[in-house]
Amino acid sequence: MSATFELTPENLEAAKKIIAKYPPGRQASAVMPILAIAQRQNDNWLPQAAIEYVAKLLGMAAIRVHEVASFYTMYNLKPAGRTQVQVCTTTPCWLRGSNEVLHACEKALGIKCGEVTKDGAFGLSEVECLGACVNAPMMQIGDDYYEDLDPAGATRIIETLKAGGKPKTGTQIDRRTSEPIGGPTTLTTLSFGKGS
Amino acid sequence: MSDTIAFTLDGVSVEAKPGETIWQVAQRQGTEIPHLCYSPAPDYRPDGNCRACMVEIEGERVLAASCIRKPTAGMKVRTASERAKASRKMVFELLMADQPERQVGHDPESRFWRWAERVEVSESRFPERQTPGPDRSHPAMAVNLDACIHCNLCVRACREVQVNDVIGMAGRGHNAKIVFDFDDPMGNSTCVACGECVQACPTGALMPSTAVNAANVRTGYADRAVDSVCPYCGVGCQITYQIRDDKLLYVTGRDGPANNNRLCVKGRFGFDYVHNPERLAQPLIRKDGVPKHADDKVDPANPWTHFRPATWEEALACAAGGLRKIHDAHGGGALAGFGSAKGSNEEAYLFQKLVRTGFGTNNVDHCTRLCHASSVAALMEGIGSAAVTAPFTACKDAEVIIVIGANPTENHPVAATFFKQAAKRGAKLIVMDPRGQALKRHATHMLQFKPNKDVALLNAMLNVIMAEGLFDQQYVQAFTENFDALKQHVKDFTPEKMAPECGIPAERIREVARLYARSRASIIFWGMGISQSIHGTDNARCLIALALTTGQVGRPGAGLHPLRGQNNVQGASDAGLIPMVFPDYKSVENAEIRSQFEKVWNTKLDPKRGLTVVEIVNAVLAGQIRGMYIMGENPAMSDPDAHHAREAFAKLEHLVVQDIFLTETAYYADVVLPASAWPEKDGTVTNTNRQVQMGRKALPTPGSARQDWELIQEIARGLGLAWNYRHPSDVFAEMKQVMPSLANITWDRLVRESAVTYPCPAPDQPGADIVFGDGFPTASKRGKLVPAVYSGPGEPVDDEYPMVLTTGRQLEHWHTGAMTRRAAMLDAIEPAPIACLSPNDLPRLGITPGETIRVSTRRGTIELAVRVDGAVPSGMVFIPFCYAEAAANLLTSPQLDPMGKIPEFKYCAARVEKIAGQARAAE
Ligand code: SF4
Ligand code: SF4
Ligand code: FES
Ligand code: FES
Repeated sequence: MSATFELTPENLEAAKKIIAKYPPGRQASAVMPILAIAQRQNDNWLPQAAIEYVAKLLGMAAIRVHEVASFYTMYNLKPAGRTQVQVCTTTPCWLRGSNEVLHACEKALGIKCGEVTKDGAFGLSEVECLGACVNAPMMQIGDDYYEDLDPAGATRIIETLKAGGKPKTGTQIDRRTSEPIGGPTTLTTLSFGKGS
Repeated sequence: MSDTIAFTLDGVSVEAKPGETIWQVAQRQGTEIPHLCYSPAPDYRPDGNCRACMVEIEGERVLAASCIRKPTAGMKVRTASERAKASRKMVFELLMADQPERQVGHDPESRFWRWAERVEVSESRFPERQTPGPDRSHPAMAVNLDACIHCNLCVRACREVQVNDVIGMAGRGHNAKIVFDFDDPMGNSTCVACGECVQACPTGALMPSTAVNAANVRTGYADRAVDSVCPYCGVGCQITYQIRDDKLLYVTGRDGPANNNRLCVKGRFGFDYVHNPERLAQPLIRKDGVPKHADDKVDPANPWTHFRPATWEEALACAAGGLRKIHDAHGGGALAGFGSAKGSNEEAYLFQKLVRTGFGTNNVDHCTRLCHASSVAALMEGIGSAAVTAPFTACKDAEVIIVIGANPTENHPVAATFFKQAAKRGAKLIVMDPRGQALKRHATHMLQFKPNKDVALLNAMLNVIMAEGLFDQQYVQAFTENFDALKQHVKDFTPEKMAPECGIPAERIREVARLYARSRASIIFWGMGISQSIHGTDNARCLIALALTTGQVGRPGAGLHPLRGQNNVQGASDAGLIPMVFPDYKSVENAEIRSQFEKVWNTKLDPKRGLTVVEIVNAVLAGQIRGMYIMGENPAMSDPDAHHAREAFAKLEHLVVQDIFLTETAYYADVVLPASAWPEKDGTVTNTNRQVQMGRKALPTPGSARQDWELIQEIARGLGLAWNYRHPSDVFAEMKQVMPSLANITWDRLVRESAVTYPCPAPDQPGADIVFGDGFPTASKRGKLVPAVYSGPGEPVDDEYPMVLTTGRQLEHWHTGAMTRRAAMLDAIEPAPIACLSPNDLPRLGITPGETIRVSTRRGTIELAVRVDGAVPSGMVFIPFCYAEAAANLLTSPQLDPMGKIPEFKYCAARVEKIAGQARAAE
């Protein structure tokens, strides 16, 4: 457990830039990006000392920062894996099989949801809607989204990561971003930008 | 022009006042709409989260939450449409899904269950979710979050009303949960036990622990309730005692002018002292042949080593007889009395009248001498009135708030909530104190100056005001005198010169001086840090000069406010418990005034001012005073250099102590008269805001204990006075004859209204909150600016005694601890004496936290445990004076301020030592 926490000079500099974006007296608005900076600096999780530090930096009551940090699943309040696998299990993803995806991840990592692998490399958690429901089910690993998953796809992604590779991000099926599977299904007769 | 909004509520045309919600209008019209997350109590903003209050608005697709929705002109609202009712029922059914069964659901009579009953929901079709288990880690409060409905009221209570920022709603979705700090058990959190959350919670998830059984189910139901006032501090919070079988079950806050329902830990959880088995329940007489020694101790649970029981007849005869004997042999000057700032106005008045007319002396004083005597001296000299010019709630209208030499979050906790709210609203909060404190977090400016350097800092501020022309020329010309002398005097006190003296950079001094002087409205609050000093009067003079030169007085949000300590120190002083003055501060040495009082009291009066608290102690040791009557005060604990004081009490030929416990002072008594605790009597008290409030008898006195006012009357009769008061209201009526300050305030009015502020212009009008808008009650009608001399402490530190000892109070304990050490919850939270030291000093002294250390001064030595306290500056030791087992006042210096005669409790030279051979304390 880290009993003390301080932003590194570079990170503090970055934090100050963010704070400066807001009018005086409104520095609390910077809480989310600064928590993110703190978490990146601290092995991907936020100890109590970091929350207290951020609270002080922003002149907020510690409890208010704790509320924010505990609300968003992107903040880890206990040690997380260096790589954190976050599976969305909110209704749309759930209806599309997120439970199975989660189980596949558990199996591939050899840990239960909420745990971290022995070597600290991977952690697994269940999170609320990440705003990519159109490509449900999905998961976030680090800064990347992996979408349109099935258990096999999820397993493959994790195995690739374990082997040090870089799996394809975004949708895992034949589809462009969030366009309909197999290509556009509406507005197909219109043509744009062809000078017509 | 009318700003009201006309709309239709259930077919009836109604008008809403600006800002009123649909719920409030409906309530006013007699329709109570179900509500859970909304509380109509003052300062609770609607949150609109539970949806129990839905109503139908014609033309709108969805229902609206009436608690937060404001009506618009012409709107047609139906509060009881089928759709609205069905929706509200659904809310209750959903919430009920994971509630425990009503009978074991912690509080079967909670607002939640009563509303569920009214909307006819008793079971739920929905599955329950997992809920948290009980948390009984706090001595005073039971937490059972399985009953929580996430209404957020406790969060608003803790964050917005009391501004303690302990509770939050952590997590998200179905994991959302009420947490204390970082999801700590409540008892380990930074909770200050104000109990606001308990009072707000509508479900029984948060309850006073005295109301629940071991299974966390509420068992305590009051059979009656009595409205009164809290007996602890000068804030004067209004309370309601909840009583069952003549025992206090718990206490709730009431909407008084000083507290708007709020309370602190003492007012809410500190009342079981009245039922403590150590309460005195029969008169005691000292056993023959038991000598008095200064170092003697008596066990209050077993007084029979020193005392024997007596009948009232015998005890009163002995008490009055002893006083009479001394009077007859040596004259009235051989007697003295200490009255109490803890009793009622009526008791204080009777007590001083007894000493003046029965003893025939002005040797009557009380603990005001130990707290604000110097502030009173400076205020009387400067503005002709010792009371506050504005209530502390005036900070609502202030732009700049200075709090100096005060620690309100501990000593005036409910006043502090108003300061914190003001700071949140955007007022500049400037805290000046050698010790850091909880208010620091809310302060825009924290000036942690060097101890004893108040005059240096404040004169430097005055220097800036003069040099930069920040004074209010018009105000100065119209309402002050002696301006030029002050201007001349502060010339030398430049911020540059004073910065090294007080430890605050010159620019910082300039900045706060400018802020204070230029703001639309600035108000100053001060406490014992200013007054308890040998130059306390000078300290206060500076504050008065700040306000008078800048005209920051007599307007909304501006003023001078010494935060009075005891619940009734204002009232007891007003009533004349002061050696120099009769009631309403009329000099005893003025022949004309004296003859007026002689007429009313029908006796000759002593023309010389009497002795003050510390002077009386010295006069006892000098053999001049031989007998004393002490009512409700504990000078053996509260006087400086307490050992010296204890020697004096041991030396008295005759000492009568009237109290509710066998206090440290009563150890030396010849007769002990068991008296009434505050909840056992009727009487008025006056708080720091000049609000006279009604205290009501709620409980019987234990055993044969009697009312204090009756006992004073019995002693008076024993001294041959023909007193015949039948009730405190008779006394109040007499007080009105000699106290113009009580004009238009009658006992009946107080019974009716509970509180009236003085001065009050008419029987049917409220009193004046803000006074002195147009001059002062001095001879010239002007305020006098008095230059303050800058001098050193009475006892500077040296090689032998290198640390500064400062004393004070703690949130949980009152004064000498006679009451709070016997209040189970309070003593459980702070059970033992402590000395607070800076974390920087511990390694240097080779001391570990928790270790027992020795603290000595030239007057005495005590041993107690160390607590690390980041608020204490290096080189200082802070000791609360409430612990008899390590009484801080054995150490303090009795040197006095020459004008206020107040001792220097805040500064003396001390030595802190490790006790050799002490095992390393457990970490
Ligand atoms: S008792 Fe007071 S300080 Fe403690 S959690 Fe409740 S509201 Fe906050
Ligand atoms: S504990 Fe009580 S007041 Fe707080 S959210 Fe739960 S039900 Fe509401
Ligand atoms: S529900 Fe999974 S991303 Fe929205
Ligand atoms: S009472 Fe109106 S939403 Fe809760």
